[in-house]
Amino acid sequence: MPHTLAEKILLAHTDEDEVAPGDIVMVRCDVVMTNDISGPMAFRAMEQMGATKVFDPAKVVVVPDHFVPAKDTRSAELQKLLRDWSAAQGVAYYEQGRGGIEHTVLVEEGWVVPGSVIAGGDSHTCTYGALGAFGTGLGSTDIAACLASGTFWQAVPGTILVEFTGEKGRFVTGKDLILAVIAEIGVAGGTNMALEFVGDGAEALSIDERLAVANMAVEAGSETGFFPADATVAAYLDGRTERPWTAERSDPDADFAATVRIDLDALPPLVALPHSPGNVVPLAEAVGRKVDQVYIGNCSNGTMTDLRQAAEMLRGRKIHPRVRAIIVPASQRVYREALAEGLLDLFVEAGAMVSTPTCGACFGGSGGVLAPGENAITTTNRNFRGRMGSSEAGVHLANAWVAAAAAVAGEIVDPAEIAGAT
Amino acid sequence: MSLEGRAVVIRQDDVDTDVLYPGAYLNVTDVAQMTQHLFEGLDPSLRDQLGGDTALVVGANFGAGSSREHVPQAMAASGIRFLVGRSFARIFYRNCINLGLPVVMSPEAVEAASPGSTISLDLEAGIVTVDGRPFRINPVPAFLRELFVAGGLVPWLRARLDRSATVVEIGGSEE
Repeated sequence: MPHTLAEKILLAHTDEDEVAPGDIVMVRCDVVMTNDISGPMAFRAMEQMGATKVFDPAKVVVVPDHFVPAKDTRSAELQKLLRDWSAAQGVAYYEQGRGGIEHTVLVEEGWVVPGSVIAGGDSHTCTYGALGAFGTGLGSTDIAACLASGTFWQAVPGTILVEFTGEKGRFVTGKDLILAVIAEIGVAGGTNMALEFVGDGAEALSIDERLAVANMAVEAGSETGFFPADATVAAYLDGRTERPWTAERSDPDADFAATVRIDLDALPPLVALPHSPGNVVPLAEAVGRKVDQVYIGNCSNGTMTDLRQAAEMLRGRKIHPRVRAIIVPASQRVYREALAEGLLDLFVEAGAMVSTPTCGACFGGSGGVLAPGENAITTTNRNFRGRMGSSEAGVHLANAWVAAAAAVAGEIVDPAEIAGAT
Repeated sequence: MSLEGRAVVIRQDDVDTDVLYPGAYLNVTDVAQMTQHLFEGLDPSLRDQLGGDTALVVGANFGAGSSREHVPQAMAASGIRFLVGRSFARIFYRNCINLGLPVVMSPEAVEAASPGSTISLDLEAGIVTVDGRPFRINPVPAFLRELFVAGGLVPWLRARLDRSATVVEIGGSEE
């Protein structure tokens, strides 16, 4: 019987002989990840389940990253609990200043390989689909069950095949590809579905750009989203991990729920206007909107690729006098690489703030929340009302070229104009 | 399993968990404190309508976005007995089920309900009744009914972990 890639991965992680969309199965985790928000509540639920030890300490990773560095004593207490619990359980723990944002850390540190199942206490766990893994974002009680038993229940998803064809333009990035998908299928269009990203336009993407695409699969309501592993993934994993993996693909005659085609030759940079990631317009329709703050970073677009794009916009220029710019490298590795390349100096020279890796203001935690009436353009993944602070603030989602160009102009502008203005 | 409640209605679609419980309060772990921030980004006055016997009636794709379990934990602690919606976002839906908070889909029932309506839910029969008018709910898989009956994932898994440290099977270890 032909299978989709989602079915193949789940079949390899259950005791079932066959699976079909809609079946509820118990799925074994290869890795369970949690943080300073979902962790403390999960540990409490795990105790209530009567479990005192995790199912396998070698498969559990803890990364404090949300209210990091601790913004108040309550956050500090949660982070202390996380640290103490991790030590007592003997699980992997990435201390603040030695890790970064959880999803970037797990990818960089070799926890993620194609075909693996990763349960994470954060909705953007789908990011691991960049490497062909089945990453699933779960709540605290689900994570407690994963910590205690190594399993979670899962309705087998259908699959929407997302085919990217053609070649993207100079100022178009992975961010625009996934915004185009969300615009096409809607913020609930992926409900009960996995998104599988294929086509020559998908294969041409770097790992950084695939991270940006897979990261926002959840914004289309989908269970997860992934790229079948290929030579790009193999090259990335070479020397990074000891974990065994094989490259699997959907069978050509597998039963797909739908196919979505995105023509990259015709795709302009896109902007998601307030207050939904589905409120997507071509950049040209957003041009002229004034911004008070620019935020470049987070688990979708805080990679070296993003920082280099921002640097190209900001090199030799100044942040607009009215605008604050905050740059948040997604991990310590990215931070140090950007430092070594001189990008951080360039950002500071331009008048930007450079933050330590953190989820920070992306979810309204700390480090750059917005006042009523303010507008921001960000490379983050959500612009829900109140997401970055005040309910009366507006957040625009865009790629790093567009965000950095707005930092210079003080309003949303075509990066080609900034590039051509020298 | 039969439940009854008075309707509180949130009719709009795509209500996300950020407006249901803003990120600034995600460092709260005390459930009683969580209830004070429920609906804060949407309409805090909704909190005053929760009477301990509430059936929350919602639109499509309710609970989109973040996996924060603070939302259904605060809902259950605020007296919401069950939810009837057009549809739900995946993680929110899972979280409710895992906490033993019944969530069912019936667009027709949502259409029929108004604030204060008497709503009863019979999960076994697959029927939700709004002011005496019965509506069929989207079928709830047997395993999810099993979780509701058990009171959620915590008691369900606890019963299984007591028996065996490693083997967890769906429906495989009924008394």
